[in-house]
Amino acid sequence: MIELRDVHKAFGSKQVLRGVDLFVPKGESMVVIGGSGTGKSVLIKCILGLVQPDRGTILVDGQYVTQADRDAFLARFGMLFQGAALFDSLTVWQNVAFRLLRGSLKRPKPEAREVAIEKLRRVGLTPEVADLYPAELSGGMQKRVGLARAIAAEPEIIFFDEPTTGLDPIMSGVINDLIREIVTEMGATAITITHDMSSVRAIADDVAMLHGGKVRWAGPVGQMDESGDPYLDQFVHGRADGPIEAVR
Amino acid sequence: MTFLAALGRALLTLLSQIGRATIFAFETLSHMVRPPFYVKEFGHAVLTIGYFSLPVVGLTAVFTGGALALQIYSGGARFSAEAVVPQIVAIGMVRELGPVLVGLMIAARVTSSIAAEIATMKVTEQIDALVTLSTHPAKYLTVPRVLAALIVVPALVGIGDIIGILGGFVVGTEQLGFNPGTYLKNTADFLEAADIWSSLAKGAVFGFLAALMGCYFGMNSGRGAQGVGRATKSSVEAAAVLILAANFLLTALFFSA
Ligand SMILES: Nc1ncnc2c1ncn2[C@@H]1O[C@H](COP(=O)(O)OP(=O)(O)OP(=O)(O)O)[C@@H](O)[C@H]1O
Ligand SMILES: [Mg+2]
Repeated sequence: MIELRDVHKAFGSKQVLRGVDLFVPKGESMVVIGGSGTGKSVLIKCILGLVQPDRGTILVDGQYVTQADRDAFLARFGMLFQGAALFDSLTVWQNVAFRLLRGSLKRPKPEAREVAIEKLRRVGLTPEVADLYPAELSGGMQKRVGLARAIAAEPEIIFFDEPTTGLDPIMSGVINDLIREIVTEMGATAITITHDMSSVRAIADDVAMLHGGKVRWAGPVGQMDESGDPYLDQFVHGRADGPIEAVR
Repeated sequence: MTFLAALGRALLTLLSQIGRATIFAFETLSHMVRPPFYVKEFGHAVLTIGYFSLPVVGLTAVFTGGALALQIYSGGARFSAEAVVPQIVAIGMVRELGPVLVGLMIAARVTSSIAAEIATMKVTEQIDALVTLSTHPAKYLTVPRVLAALIVVPALVGIGDIIGILGGFVVGTEQLGFNPGTYLKNTADFLEAADIWSSLAKGAVFGFLAALMGCYFGMNSGRGAQGVGRATKSSVEAAAVLILAANFLLTALFFSA
């Protein structure tokens, strides 16, 4: 369970989050949508403590994230970064198995490699890529390696920042199914950021729309189409004219 | 008035930088003594900082030692003191030029590459990714590099001292007509243990400063390619100035008493 109350964040004079309230129940798949630059990535970085909110509280399972033991806290999370953020000094499989090669989850090397290759297969990558370096992969392949790394240690809570951007429609379908599977089969709690409305429908239990630094609308995915909210409607149908300005 | 304000602002920025770098240094030292330790990263750092710096250190030292011998010979000739070439080359290399030049070469070669690498990692969110993978960036990135430099740069300085003296020896015996046996004997008789220790101690301090500045500016890099460029430039400037300042202080400490 993740709960955000009145979270504010500014960078210099630029106010990005202006009081975000969000509730994600355990074992649910929440999808966050919203215009480019509205602070979606900043929002999940706040939950992970990578960005310090200026104001407001964030709770995970009823515990304030600022008071949690940092190592134990982070051990429960997996995160796919928008830019994949692969370590370019390590090979693909060493990236995927990063957690399994050191620290509390350390396993023998051959076993870690096996897990990595299995996770790569789940994101639609062949074992041949395992020994390549990230720089040798295409953007979409890097993204999928990032996804494999995020799920490698089977975390309870997973954040996906635009998992399907840059992928072809078939691969997007594979990744959508994978995220759905992780939530339903492994019982993980997921927050996914996406611009892709077909992904939203495939992945989400609940949807929250970020606009103007706040959650403009939140509710079950089934109610998204008849919300009656002009902002959400404009976003869902991708119309250029409406209450959301096209120049931001 | 605006000039004074600008000057004041620059001074305040400098002071706060020094303060933050000092805190960073103490944090790094405290991480050095607390597990987990990343042995593989440390080994890698030893290789890149130490082994791969050998050619540049060797070349720097041999040419400096050679030039020093020529200078002392022609300068010494003015008061018929040409004979002191072996002694002055030895003391000049070991006490001053060896550590300082190796330190500056390390700043050019190692500080810059550490800063650029870590800054790029920061800009591409790899540092954030490390954190989410339960790995402390200071322990995984900073400590191995700083520790490696602390241990390896004194060795490089020692090697630089020896090669520098050899450079002087080659010039002295091949060109200036010194007897090889006497040259070596004069060098060995003249050098004291304190000279060598001070040389190695300077190496340790300079190595620490060089790696630390690379890590500090890399970790605090601004955004984008420009941020990486600025971090790299500032790290080399800071390392070079700190090395020269530390050299002055250490020389005063070791030899002025
Ligand atoms: N570290 C930072 N320093 C300064 N500004 C930042 C930083 N991180 C984010 N911002 C700013 O915060 C705003 C929101 O950024 P964020 O990356 O969260 O957008 P987003 O909603 O994820 O957009 P997109 O859909 O394009 O990824 C942007 O205007 C960005 O410039
Ligand atoms: Mg984003």
